[in-house]
Amino acid sequence: MTDISCRNLCKTFHQGDATIRALDDVSLDIEEGSFVCLSGPSGSGKTTLLNALGGLDTPDSGEITVGGQRLDLLSKSELAQLRLNRIGFVFQAYNLVPVLSARENVEFIMQVQGVRARERRSLAAAVLAEVGLEDMEERRPAQLSGGQQQRVAVARAIASKPALVLADEPTANLDSRSAAQLMDLFVTLNTERGVTFVISTHDPRVMGYAGRLISMRDGRIVADERQQPHAMAV
Amino acid sequence: MAFPVAAISTLAWRNLWRNHRRTLIMLLAITVGVWAMIFMASLMRGMTDQMVRNGLQTLPGEVQIHQRDYLRDPSVVNSMDAPGGALLARLQEAPVAAWAGRVRVPAVIASERGNRGVTLLGIDPVAEAALGSLPDELVAGRALDGPGDRGLVIGANLARRLETAVGKRVVIMSQDTQNNVAERGARVVGIYRARLQGSEDRYVYAGRAAVQDLLGIGERISEIAVTGHDYRNVAPWVPRIAAAAGTGLEVLPWTELDTFLGSMLVVQDGFALVFMVVVFLALSFGLVNTLVMAVFERVREIGLMQALGMRPGMILGQIMLESLYLLLLGLALGNLLALVTVKPLESGIDISSVAQGMEMVGMGTTLYPVLHTADMLMSTTVVIVLGLLASLAPAWRASRLDPVAALNKT
Repeated sequence: MTDISCRNLCKTFHQGDATIRALDDVSLDIEEGSFVCLSGPSGSGKTTLLNALGGLDTPDSGEITVGGQRLDLLSKSELAQLRLNRIGFVFQAYNLVPVLSARENVEFIMQVQGVRARERRSLAAAVLAEVGLEDMEERRPAQLSGGQQQRVAVARAIASKPALVLADEPTANLDSRSAAQLMDLFVTLNTERGVTFVISTHDPRVMGYAGRLISMRDGRIVADERQQPHAMAV
Repeated sequence: MAFPVAAISTLAWRNLWRNHRRTLIMLLAITVGVWAMIFMASLMRGMTDQMVRNGLQTLPGEVQIHQRDYLRDPSVVNSMDAPGGALLARLQEAPVAAWAGRVRVPAVIASERGNRGVTLLGIDPVAEAALGSLPDELVAGRALDGPGDRGLVIGANLARRLETAVGKRVVIMSQDTQNNVAERGARVVGIYRARLQGSEDRYVYAGRAAVQDLLGIGERISEIAVTGHDYRNVAPWVPRIAAAAGTGLEVLPWTELDTFLGSMLVVQDGFALVFMVVVFLALSFGLVNTLVMAVFERVREIGLMQALGMRPGMILGQIMLESLYLLLLGLALGNLLALVTVKPLESGIDISSVAQGMEMVGMGTTLYPVLHTADMLMSTTVVIVLGLLASLAPAWRASRLDPVAALNKT
């Protein structure tokens, strides 16, 4: 069943006198439960596409449907609601709230969703244990390593049980070991929970995990291949 | 989905303390501002309170009853009967705290050295003492010993002008009901000092029966002065006194008897509010700057919140709550500071160095600041309402940030 559908997406940025076509007539379908990597050099349009799929950015033209909802028909608040309940984000920079502990960062989304405190707390503990941070619940982000912070970000992204996780170069700031652990975690969540992953990367090792590899250049999809996933060599 | 108050409260509170120094400086500014608002208001209240009390104690009382024409022509012709029946019954029950019937006529007092125009007051000293309208300080001689006392008690300034003293005789002259001169010699038995020098020059006290005898008016009096327990709150009981007094008499609250004093209360409320608003406007620049900086430093974080699914209204609410916490803390400290600085001063601040100027506005040599709960509430309302209004702009901007641009901010 199709989870994401894009039709003829175009997005243009202006930088001084130059016009940059970040997305140039991109059409794409992503099935539920798939593990997709968007690859390509910097400026190829991966992040713009990811932001558009998450409703963070609005394309100049074209349509995006996520979980049956047309994003261009939703208001800012409805888009926020969609992200809150359906989409988990993992960014390149760890992007945790610095004044909240690891547990509070994970609980935050559930708190906004209105999940009861007791349920929230046990879910957060379970998710943090799942990403291997059971002893670090009360640590603030500044007291965690980069890899640990990224795992907290993943825990936060999956705690609200999203159907879709959008990850923008999630391993870019991690060492090989942490990157491998993170990708193994993604694969586990994908296979065990059926969460759809769309990951932008230009790291070939990360691409190896994907069942589907979409290559982009100059805002266009230049290749769309299905492949046999394989784990990263650490 | 309900508004996640708990989540936003935690974030707002912790964000407030991310930059301790900036928050503490702003907190100090709000505290001092709130303190200044309340402290100034308490000084102004003290001034007005004293002006009104001095005005009321120098004879008017909080409510007066007299003949309908008395205010137009305050002569003996417009005297009234001593209270009886329903009026007397009404004067003897709550909320009336005290009352006194007195004769009050224009007169001339003459010594062998000079003469002055004065107001002659025929009083019952016990009733006037209960009313609180007798002079504060007797500097020589004795007080009147009853309504039949035939001596005079005059002000120290008047005694100096007339070059007279206790034990000396003076002549007091007025007009009787037939417009004939009524005069008699009387001995000065006491000299008083009043808070207002003007009162010392103006009022000459004598026993009520002695003055009634001089004027040939029998038991009649010029006015009845009445006090309750709160001069600010006489309006509710004036109609009841008026109903008992009947149509021939006029019952007026002090605000109508002395419109200058009456308007002071209203004007003072306005001044206090204007002062508070002006102080807060100065504060608001600092507050807005603090919030703008706080938002500017957290642009990425706000973008992240949006990406995670926080609606614009929640982001707005979070920044507003941050401002509210700061305002509430400043208010609590400012109110506390006002309490501990004003309370010890309520026993009086010596302003004798500017006493002459202050007397012109009806004040004595000591200023008694008055801390009113209403002023604390007014400053709290001004700070919260204007503070939140000032915070709206940065909070609104934060809630309208473009999430992608915010996330990419370096």
